[in-house]
Amino acid sequence: MNIILTIAKREITLFFDSLMAYVLLVVFLGFSGFFTWLYGSDVFFAGQASLQSFFTAAYWILFLFIPALTMRTIADESKSGTLELLLTKPVTDWEVIAGKFLSVMALVGVALLLTLPYYFSVMILGPVDHGATIMGYLGLFLMSSALAGIGIFASSLTNNQIIAFISSLLAGIFFVLIFNIISQQIFGPVGVVINYLSMTDHYDSISRGVIDTRDVIYFLSVTFLGLFFASASLSKRNIVEEGK
Amino acid sequence: MSIRLENVTKLFGEQYAVDDISFEVKTGEIVGFLGPNGAGKTTTMKMITGFLAPTAGKIFINDQPVWENPGAVKKITGYLPENNPLYYDMYVTDYLEYVAGLLQMEKGSINQRVREMVVVCGLDREKHKKIGELSKGFRQRVGLAQALIHDPQILILDEPTTGLDPNQIIEIRNLIKEAGKEKTVILSTHILPEVEAMSDRILIINEGKIVADGSPESLRKASGEGLTIRVKVDAETSTETVIEALKSIPGVSAVDLFNDNNTFIVTGDSGDLNRLIFHSAIANNFVLLEMTTIETKLEDIFKELTTT
Repeated sequence: MNIILTIAKREITLFFDSLMAYVLLVVFLGFSGFFTWLYGSDVFFAGQASLQSFFTAAYWILFLFIPALTMRTIADESKSGTLELLLTKPVTDWEVIAGKFLSVMALVGVALLLTLPYYFSVMILGPVDHGATIMGYLGLFLMSSALAGIGIFASSLTNNQIIAFISSLLAGIFFVLIFNIISQQIFGPVGVVINYLSMTDHYDSISRGVIDTRDVIYFLSVTFLGLFFASASLSKRNIVEEGK
Repeated sequence: MSIRLENVTKLFGEQYAVDDISFEVKTGEIVGFLGPNGAGKTTTMKMITGFLAPTAGKIFINDQPVWENPGAVKKITGYLPENNPLYYDMYVTDYLEYVAGLLQMEKGSINQRVREMVVVCGLDREKHKKIGELSKGFRQRVGLAQALIHDPQILILDEPTTGLDPNQIIEIRNLIKEAGKEKTVILSTHILPEVEAMSDRILIINEGKIVADGSPESLRKASGEGLTIRVKVDAETSTETVIEALKSIPGVSAVDLFNDNNTFIVTGDSGDLNRLIFHSAIANNFVLLEMTTIETKLEDIFKELTTT
């Protein structure tokens, strides 16, 4: 656990030492603020004190924001060779992946914390459904962790950050959009499975304030599978083919 | 801490990177790993560090198989990978602290140890810089510092001096010599004088196989060439007389005239050749001005063994 924290700490320091964290935070707050307060079906349009418009906006921004955070995690280390340095220390493949994941989630956490003033502002506007708001934040956090799992897996497959970014975005599009669209066309058990894979439904039900274990299990298993495959892809170097 | 490899083979796809090699490095030995590019040096080192698993065969560190407890082995091993990968965006001391953290060193001792390494590796003036701002020689020192920070019993250095200027090479060499005094060291290089200067024992590897193993002297002996001595005599004695006298020494196989008239190349197999030449000079009344033993160069042995 100590090692995971050591790795995560270095990553977080790096995020904030470089401009990256600040740029991403400004972009996140800028866009989410714009769509929550100024444009389209914003808070004032809804006619009730609710952060629903923020949760919808943040969902789409995080969808773009997380691949940008995860793209360099492993790809950069394998390109520069520091991955070898890391893995010849008493560090397991899994600890590297977990440390990277933790650092990404910490930055997402900071981004979400910085939107708390939105919550306080809406509280001034009228009575807020506190439960639904907390669930909304939980939904964003869970959805981010699932996307981070996918993104880190994509980053572990290549040493090119651009490829990592595009492939995790592509995988994200499947989870966020395409599975939803397909499931509306297909009926029967296949349709049910594809519908279950769609992130949007799970997110919607959580952000409406309904906590269903199925939704939580869904996000956690996508996260875990992503990280598991990422760690497997690091261990791949040691697969010994039988019969040779 | 001894290192032992038993019939280790590593395949990359269909290609043998390392082909059934076995050797042992004893505690405190400094072994130079020599071979042309692509011979399997780096792969072998990566397997010893536990980064790569061998396709077949076993690696033991102190009779403990590396693959049963890689964590324990990695804790006592210092490794400088080829091309010295570093985090260019980190500060020197932060980086060393990070490595110390990964090595699970005691919290209280980390600061002290980082300061020590900074001094030992001559990084005192550069410690507040980012690694990316350092010159190549200093980066190499940072690489060595991270390999040495936990005072490892085993040190594995993959081409520690490539790309450095001659002064830096000497500095890094001294650093390794100093640091490797009580450690088991394996270092790879393709610079021949370097292995001679630094290691007790040389392993020459070619196309994944070990082709020679021994001290520089024993390799020379094994290469089959006898002793060669260059003799310069006073010009007063006639060339013929000298050649006659030298040829009559027991064990001498050939005497050749070297470019000017009074220098001769004597080849023979006797270990006592120098002494016999001296006595022959007294007996035949000619004056020796110079006598130099010409050793077979390691380059020649290397060339002979690695080109087929």
